[in-house]
Amino acid sequence: MDANVSNIQHVAKKKTQAKTSARHGTLLYRKVVEHLHQYWQLWAFTLPSIAFVVLFAYVPMYGVQLAFRQFDFTKGLTGGTWVGWQYFEQFFRDPMFVEILSNTFRISMWTLVMGFIAPIVLALLINQIGSPKVKSFVQTITYMPHFISTVVMVSIIQIFLAPSTGLLGRFLGRTSIMGDPNAFAPIYWISEVWQHAGWNCIIYLAALSSVDLALYEAARIDGAGRLQLIRYVDIPTIMPTVGVLLILNMGSVLGVGFEKVWLMQNTLNINASEVISTYTYRIGLLNNQFSYSTAIGLFNSLVNFLFLIMANFIAKRTSDTSIF
Amino acid sequence: MTSSMQNNEPITQATTVANPSNKKEIIAWNRHRHQDKTASDWVVDAIIALVVVVVLVAIIYPLWFIIIASFSSPTAVSIGEVNFWPKDVSFTGYAKILADTRIWVGYRNTLIYSIIGTAVNLLVTIPSAYALSRREFKPRRIIMFLFTFTMFFSGGLIPSYLLMKQLGLINSMWVFVLPGAFSVYNMIIARSFFETSIPEELRDSARVDGVSYFGFFFKIVLPLSGAILAVIGLYFFVGHWNDYFTGLIYIRDEGKYPLQNVLQMILLTNQTTQGSGNVGMSATQAQNFADQIKFGIIIVSSLPLLVLYPFLQKYFNKGVMIGAVKG
Repeated sequence: MDANVSNIQHVAKKKTQAKTSARHGTLLYRKVVEHLHQYWQLWAFTLPSIAFVVLFAYVPMYGVQLAFRQFDFTKGLTGGTWVGWQYFEQFFRDPMFVEILSNTFRISMWTLVMGFIAPIVLALLINQIGSPKVKSFVQTITYMPHFISTVVMVSIIQIFLAPSTGLLGRFLGRTSIMGDPNAFAPIYWISEVWQHAGWNCIIYLAALSSVDLALYEAARIDGAGRLQLIRYVDIPTIMPTVGVLLILNMGSVLGVGFEKVWLMQNTLNINASEVISTYTYRIGLLNNQFSYSTAIGLFNSLVNFLFLIMANFIAKRTSDTSIF
Repeated sequence: MTSSMQNNEPITQATTVANPSNKKEIIAWNRHRHQDKTASDWVVDAIIALVVVVVLVAIIYPLWFIIIASFSSPTAVSIGEVNFWPKDVSFTGYAKILADTRIWVGYRNTLIYSIIGTAVNLLVTIPSAYALSRREFKPRRIIMFLFTFTMFFSGGLIPSYLLMKQLGLINSMWVFVLPGAFSVYNMIIARSFFETSIPEELRDSARVDGVSYFGFFFKIVLPLSGAILAVIGLYFFVGHWNDYFTGLIYIRDEGKYPLQNVLQMILLTNQTTQGSGNVGMSATQAQNFADQIKFGIIIVSSLPLLVLYPFLQKYFNKGVMIGAVKG
């Protein structure tokens, strides 16, 4: 109703504007003045955030051209001679290229798949708990590890897996499992699931809480058992949420977080644990090859973006779910 | 659960949260479903209960173990005698931690960075969220696009680093405050809250009374938004408290290190023994002792969040649910 009224007012305003425009300046100018007069306070609210985003997100994006230029210390972010695709070619020919890419892909795929399924299963389980008190207790406990910092998490892993003395390590022989290249990805994703599954299931629980109770009743009367209720009521309810989260996660196929991998790395497992983000850091800030590192970073961003667009496209076609 | 998932990206798809707020209805439903259970339902129930218990134990036990190990005899811990209850209680680990100045310097730094950082975060993010929640504010669409794009694409490490350098933020405490001052994700949560929870009638009647946007925001919106401010404030605070990356990349001076970077030095590179007061200890003893200190540090460093947790826990669901409603 209100929208209608303001719409009519708006149209009326436009008409008067059109009439007067010939006399007073251009239409656009008048519109801007009027807009600012009405909304300058909202602009004042949002301008600081725009300034921060432009400075700290868009200026670095503009600086991405460094990937195509030879870095020049005197010219900073955007200077240097244009060299085209040279640094990308260097990356593709880098002896580390295949290893880094496959490490990144392996670790992130495991984490994506397991880290995606676990919260869904957990949410379906928690949703089955009848007593609201028990339910909220279980939720409280499962959220807790989410707040542990990465540094502390990695040190917990190390202490627990320490050979012969650690809580788990004493069952795993006398050599350090943290140094075993084959164990790196499993340790990574299992600890990720342990830490974040509880937190990430909140979103599904929210969706599940929207199920109309009458739907359960109806299914019950039709003779559905506990499992059928899950299969035919709960799962369809969370499917749209699952779709959106899947798309968003596809945007990070090559986006293994830096901190945890960096902290878990050691000289023994480096062949299985060097990923794009850690390599960018090593090349860029430790070896000072700024342009080369920027090129690798840009390659990474583009691949992620491509996967996001692809997943979005497929989801839109198949299930009408999309994020843009 | 890569980093992006930890942040719980906003869901642009609507999942309507029609809270079954009617408690009686739920209770009636629960009674109802326990009445006509079939045999197979009992089996399913038992399996579900079992799995839930296993999950709970898998989460609680490691945390419990850290607590009891932090004040048990380190030798008993290392030979596996500490399982469910502390053994040979000793507080030497904690005494050592109290005497370690590096931890307290890190603690102080992180407290300063987190408090100032969170304050700036809220100051920048909340008003912006309100402005962008106003439907009559037409430029909001393009501004939202400008913002959401940055969630999926960024300049990367080196351009950001060079920018900080040009701005003189390297080795400065402001690097913890300014670059992350605005969070698109948290803005979207707050915006959804304003859109769904502040009745439009309030704004209408305020407008009739000639109340400006400023007046409305400070006198009416903020007092009604306590829960969401708590949730978002907590998200920001935890983010600052747990931040390791910023210190690693931008801070040179150990005296300015935030807690997480100090922890990394102590916990992960085994520089446990400041002042090396371990005369007369064997290598194994020293290692066990170092482990005890580590358990203690894990507790001490997580203390503020552990203390805040029970008070804020009830808001979490709310916060994430709001984020789930169409962004």
